[in-house]
Amino acid sequence: MNRDIAMSAPSATAATTPATAPSILPLRVENVSFDAGGKRLINDMSFTLEAGPRTVILGPNGAGKSLTLRLCHGLLTPSAGRVMWQGAGKQDPMRRQAMVFQRPVLLRRTVAQNIDYALKLHGVPRAARGPIIEDVLSRTGLAQFAKSPARHLSGGEQQKLSLARAWATKPQVLFLDEPTASLDPAATHAVENIIDTMHTEGTRIIMTTHDLGQARRHADEVLFINKGRLMEKTPIEDFFNAPETGEAAAFLKGELRW
Amino acid sequence: MTDISQAFVTALHLLVAFDANLVEIVGLSLRVSLSAVALAVLVGLPLGAWLALFKFPGRDAIIVFLNALMGLPPVVVGLVVYLMLSRSGPLGVLGLLFTPTAMIVAQAILVTPIVAALTRQVVADLWVEYSEQMRSMGASPLGAIPALLYDARFTLVTAVLAGFGRASAEVGAVMIVGGNIDHVTRMMTTAIALEVSKGDLALALGLGIVLITLSLIINAATHTVKVRAEAVWT
Amino acid sequence: MFKLKTLFIAALLALSLGTATAPDAQAADKYITVASTTSTANSGLFDFLLPKFSAKTGIEVRVVAVGTGKAIKLARNGDADVLFVHHKPSEQKFIADGMGVKRFDVMYNDFVMVGPKSDPAGVKGAKTAADGLKKIAASKSPFASRGDNSGTNKKELELWKGAGIDPTGAGNKWYSATGSGMGATLNVASGMNAYSLTDRATWLKFKNKGDLEIVLEGDPVLFNQYGIILVNPKKHPHVKVDLGQTFIDWVISKEGQGLINEYKILGNQAFFANAQPGS
Repeated sequence: MNRDIAMSAPSATAATTPATAPSILPLRVENVSFDAGGKRLINDMSFTLEAGPRTVILGPNGAGKSLTLRLCHGLLTPSAGRVMWQGAGKQDPMRRQAMVFQRPVLLRRTVAQNIDYALKLHGVPRAARGPIIEDVLSRTGLAQFAKSPARHLSGGEQQKLSLARAWATKPQVLFLDEPTASLDPAATHAVENIIDTMHTEGTRIIMTTHDLGQARRHADEVLFINKGRLMEKTPIEDFFNAPETGEAAAFLKGELRW
Repeated sequence: MTDISQAFVTALHLLVAFDANLVEIVGLSLRVSLSAVALAVLVGLPLGAWLALFKFPGRDAIIVFLNALMGLPPVVVGLVVYLMLSRSGPLGVLGLLFTPTAMIVAQAILVTPIVAALTRQVVADLWVEYSEQMRSMGASPLGAIPALLYDARFTLVTAVLAGFGRASAEVGAVMIVGGNIDHVTRMMTTAIALEVSKGDLALALGLGIVLITLSLIINAATHTVKVRAEAVWT
Repeated sequence: MFKLKTLFIAALLALSLGTATAPDAQAADKYITVASTTSTANSGLFDFLLPKFSAKTGIEVRVVAVGTGKAIKLARNGDADVLFVHHKPSEQKFIADGMGVKRFDVMYNDFVMVGPKSDPAGVKGAKTAADGLKKIAASKSPFASRGDNSGTNKKELELWKGAGIDPTGAGNKWYSATGSGMGATLNVASGMNAYSLTDRATWLKFKNKGDLEIVLEGDPVLFNQYGIILVNPKKHPHVKVDLGQTFIDWVISKEGQGLINEYKILGNQAFFANAQPGS
C-alpha cells in the first residue's frame, strides 16, 4: 500500500534521539543457559555486544533466536549464567531498551493513546508527551491516523506504530523479533527504513530474521545460533562469503535442519 | 389462561397510570441493585485482576471457591447477613437490619463473585496476549491492571450486566434482611412474592412483567452502546 | 458514537446518584419495628389501622410480617420492638423467658377449615373440628398444612392431636406440609383441591380460591387469640420503649379497639377486639 512507503525524509530531532543518559552498553552475556519443560533450550551462550553495529541473529527454526532476544532484554531469566549491561550502573537497564514483536501488540485505544501510554510508563510528564507523539507519528507516516483506533490500521501500519511507540521512548537498544515476517514487501520496506533511521540516530539494533536478504542489507554483524548454542559471531559480509562453521555454511545453503 | 391475560392488562394499567406505589417500589429496586453492583465492581474488578496476575500458594483453591460462589443461593446469603446484622449478632449495633443498606450489602455479596470470576478470566486471557509487550515497556503486573481493565471494558460490561441481572432477580436475600416492609424495604421481587402469598396472581404476574420490561430496557440500552463502541475499538 | 456513550453513562450515573440520595426512609426518627405474622398483615388490618396511629402520634410503624415462629425469633434477638402474634402458649413462654415485658390480649378471630366444594371427605356435616379431621384422615383426602411453626400451624397440630390423629407420619401421602406461609399453602390447596386450615381474615382476602370454600366453622376450639408484647429492654437496651409502649397503649385503648372492630373484609367484620380494660 502506498501509505506504507510515504514518509518524510529522515531527520534527527531532540524528540527522538536516544536519551543522553550514559549508555548501558556493552551487553555482556556470560555462560547463559535456559531450561524449560525439562529441556535445555539455550546452552552455555557467551558473547559481548559493543555500541555501534547493527546485529542480526540468524539460525534455523527452533534454534533459540527469540529466546536469546528475550534473555537479553530481560523478559526471561537465565537458568544459569548472567546477562550484564556493563554501562548501566544503578539504572534499570530495561528502561533504556525497547522491543518490537513479530505481531504488533496494541491496546484498544487510538494510535496516539498507545504511544501516550508508553510515554507515561517511562515517566514522561503529560505536557511533554504531545510533541513527542506528533513527531514520531509524522516520522513514521502515521500522522493522519493519530485519532484512529489502533486496531483499525493495516498490518504494516500497526507494525510502524509499534516502532513509533518504541522510538518515542528514546531507547538506547532496540530488540526486534522478526519484525517484518508478517508484512507485505511495501510495508517491509517502510519498516526497514524506520529501523535504519533509528540506527543512524544512535539506537543499537539487535534483530532476528528469516530473511537472509534483509539481514545482508540491514545488518553489520551476525550472531549465528544453532540448537541453542552460539556458533559464530561474524561481520556480515564475512558470514555470507566465508562462514566459519560447517553448520553456518549448510544453513546458508538452506540445508540445515533442526 | 385468564390469569396470564389479566396479568398483561394489570401490567399495562400499572405502567400507564404511573402508580405511585409502583414508582416507589421500582425506585427502591433500582437503587438497591445498582448500588450493590457498584460495590461489587469496586471489590470484584481489582480482586479478579489480582487473582489473574499473581501466583501464590492456594491460588487455585481460591479460584475454584470463587467460581463456586457464583452459585450461592440468595436465601443462604440472606440468612448469613441477617445473623451478622441482627441485634443479637456481631454487627447488631449498626442497626442496619430491615433497611435498604442491609439489602445492598446482601446483594453485593451475591454479585461480587460473578464480577470477580469473570474479570479474572478476562484479565488472565489479556495478560497472555499483552504481558511481554507491557513488561518490555516497563509495566509491572500491578501497574498494568488499570490498562488491562480498560482494554477489557466490553467484556467487563457483560460481566457487570450479569451481576445486575442476578441482583435484580433475587428475592431470598432481600426478603430476609429487608423484611419487605411497606414503603421502606419493599422491592419489586418481594412485592411479587407478597402478592403471590395473597393469592393475587394476576397482580403478581403484572408486577413481574414490569420487572422484566425494565430489565429488557436496561439490557437493550447497554447492548446498543456496547456493540457500537466495540465495533470501533476491536 | 462518542456522544451516545457519554449520554448513556451520564444517564446511568444520574440514575444511580438520584436513587442513592433519595431520602432513606430509615432517616425517619420516630419509628418502631413490629414483628407480626403474615396472616395478620395479609388480612389488610395493618393497612387500615396503622395510618391512623401514625397520623395521631407521628410514629411510623414498620411491620415485618413473617411466620409466628420467625416473628418470635426476631423479637428474641431484639430485632423488633414489639411482638404481635397469635399463639398464646408461645407468647407466655416468651414472657416467662424474660424476653417480654407484659402480654396484652388484643383481639380474636377464628380459624376455618376450607375444602373442595365437592367435599369428598364429607366434612360439611361434621359437628366439631375434630370430627372433620377424622373424616379427612379416614378418607385420606388431600390436606395442605403450613408446616412452618406458625401460630396457624401450631393450632392445626393441636387440633389433630385433639382428634387423636398424627398426620405427619411418612406413610400419610395425603398430608402435605408446604413449609410456607398461609397464602402459599392456600395456593397449594387450591391447586390440589385439598382441605386446609386457615384464619378467616386471610381466607376472605385470598384471591385464588379456585374450587375451595369454607367447609367447617364455629367450633370454639377454632378460636384464635392475638396478643401484643413489648420486647424487654433489660435484655435489649436499644428497644424503643416509649414509642413501643405508646403503640401498645393505643392498640388496647378504646380508640384502637374500636377501629379493630370497624375493619371489614368484604362487608364482614374480620377481628373482634377483646383487650381487658386496665390490664
